[in-house]
Amino acid sequence: MFAEYSTSDLLSIFAMQGVAGLILFSVFVLMALGLAIIFGQMGVINMAHGEFMILGAYVTYLTSHVFSTYLPSLFSFYFILAMILAFIAAGALGALVEWAIIRHLYNRPLDTLLATWGLSLILQQTYRSIFGAREVGVTLPDWLMGSVHLSETIELPINGLFVMLLALGISTAVGILMYRSRWGIQVRAVVQNRPMAGAVGINTAKVDRITFALGCGIAGVAGSAFTMIGSTGPTSGQLYIVDTFLVVVFGGATSLLGTIASAFSISQAQSTMEFFMSGSMAKVLTLLFVVLILMLRPQGLFTLKVRR
Amino acid sequence: MKTLFFNGTIPESASAKKHSLAKSLSWKTCLLTLAASFAFSAAHAADSVNTTGLAVTDKTVKVGILHSATGTMAISETGSIQAEKLAIEQINAMGGVLGRKIEFIQEDGASDWPTFAEKSKKLLVNDKVAAVFGCWTSASRKAVLPVFEQYNGMLYYPTFYEGLEQSPNVIYTGQEATQQILAGIDWVTSAKGAKTFYLLGSDYIWPRTSNKIARKHIEMKGLKVVGEEYYPLGHTQFNSVINKIKLTKPDVIFASVVGGSNVAFYKQLKAAGIDMTKEKPLLLTISVTEDEVLGIGGENMQGAFASMKYFQSLTNDNNKKFVEAFKARWGKDVVIGDVTQAAYLGAWLWKAAVEKAGSFDIDKVRAASPGIELKTAPEGYVKVHPNHHLWSKTRIGHARPDGQYDVIFETKDLIEPNPFPKGYQ
Repeated sequence: MFAEYSTSDLLSIFAMQGVAGLILFSVFVLMALGLAIIFGQMGVINMAHGEFMILGAYVTYLTSHVFSTYLPSLFSFYFILAMILAFIAAGALGALVEWAIIRHLYNRPLDTLLATWGLSLILQQTYRSIFGAREVGVTLPDWLMGSVHLSETIELPINGLFVMLLALGISTAVGILMYRSRWGIQVRAVVQNRPMAGAVGINTAKVDRITFALGCGIAGVAGSAFTMIGSTGPTSGQLYIVDTFLVVVFGGATSLLGTIASAFSISQAQSTMEFFMSGSMAKVLTLLFVVLILMLRPQGLFTLKVRR
Repeated sequence: MKTLFFNGTIPESASAKKHSLAKSLSWKTCLLTLAASFAFSAAHAADSVNTTGLAVTDKTVKVGILHSATGTMAISETGSIQAEKLAIEQINAMGGVLGRKIEFIQEDGASDWPTFAEKSKKLLVNDKVAAVFGCWTSASRKAVLPVFEQYNGMLYYPTFYEGLEQSPNVIYTGQEATQQILAGIDWVTSAKGAKTFYLLGSDYIWPRTSNKIARKHIEMKGLKVVGEEYYPLGHTQFNSVINKIKLTKPDVIFASVVGGSNVAFYKQLKAAGIDMTKEKPLLLTISVTEDEVLGIGGENMQGAFASMKYFQSLTNDNNKKFVEAFKARWGKDVVIGDVTQAAYLGAWLWKAAVEKAGSFDIDKVRAASPGIELKTAPEGYVKVHPNHHLWSKTRIGHARPDGQYDVIFETKDLIEPNPFPKGYQ
């Protein structure tokens, strides 16, 4: 199939394809990190994850409006502030939801599934009532648009690079929090043995609340970043939720490293196959491949070894 | 005039019965009976224009609006609902249809196809509406079709769609695929000298059928399709296909991506350095109306070409009035896309057909529909074909950064609708 193209064309396209795979990988990591924290550390399946992402996207939209109306001179920097606001807004809503709903439903995983699904419907309709059913267009500052021109055919999309850096930054931060901070020790203790953690004086309720809020906050940042590459509408969160669950379950729910490894393998498989066959077929094959591996290894790629 | 005549007369059998009763009963009962006879005659006045028991009285006629006001399709269907309501209000302000004000019953299909079928049955069986304006996706139309055929309703369907359908119970006010596509491809080959095409769409019936027609037409002209790709609905990552486009270097990207995927596709296309304002590759879309540009962002769409029958920027007098009225009713920031305009036509075409038939009866409206002309259509002039589709012109729009299109070409003549194109299947 490549006979009619020149070698330099092919080389540069493969380079581009590699970049495309890495961008997809970063997108997956950003989507999945928040869910992995909540699912892996608390055992709560948060069906409203997509809606928390879209909350971040709407916060970005609002911030861009405020800046273009009141502070047009600072417009090029609004995106950074928007991401911080998105984190705060989604995190605060997450803490509220944990306090109002989730904490009453621990140890009842199926009920949290239903409750968070209901929450996702409520949030969708709320967005629709506030912002309208139509998608909103988020205007990006100029420096985030366009691409870095490396050669005739190799161009690196700037927003893709930005997503990569962001994914790297957030993963590092979460890694440090989880494995190098006092709070991380508490979270891991609660995951391994909740009654025992309580017995040694860890406030498990507080740990839960902060964990849930953190997961939602990261979802908000992801949503904010995705205004660069996707749509912002009341139901846009649904576009991401399937892939997100796929990545988390495939990686092994309790392992953050697993989430990253699974995001990498799924994104690379997907983007390589997309190049050689049609998009729909690539998706089918990716799903098949995940199902097969999960049949052989139901616990996912990586698991935490704990004595139960 | 016919109705006035019937207003005064009481049918033979009823009046005879009343006379015999009046003789034997007191004056009180007599008054009651008189009152009843008025009621009778009122019912009969409506009957003369309505022999099948539709919800028509002397003063009003009920119609249905059936769109998704909630769920994923609400993004697209909101404009259609607004257009239909505006048309109904304007018709009422002019005195209604056959002297009757239109009352509408709005039902929500909720982006769920079985719900559409259920609600259409409710509208036809319980509410007995004289016409329904509604549906947007082909899937919802296919779901309600058996209901409309079984209970003999009349549906005015606004969306441009894939064709291959012609129901006696549907009037298609949008374009079918050949009207929209052939003129677009003819234009891009003659005006821009395009030789190679890359076909890209979302993975469902409309883009697949459209691309099938496009491919046949391109190949019949002796030109080349260098790639054809489909992505699942809601797909958000288009970097791989953009790389393939870069590798195959087509003259034209022919895009029929829909929904939220659109936003992702155009943003990523721009980020990957494909500048649509340059000569090559051009982008010709059949799915992005002004409505969709709102979500994509005008700056991401700038320079693209769209092939459709209507653009908000059309400068004829009908359209100026329409845009003004639409903005006055729904706010100055609202935009009007191709489907919104087609939805607006529905109520007017129905009014014209009812008045031509002199009756609200579905069968008479159907018989009267072919040949109905609308000289006041915002898109210019349309005419109903015997196959229930509209004759219409096709236009090419060039996307501006403010989210509107400049109309840079329109076909000289009206294009005949051809839902079952020979040689394209």
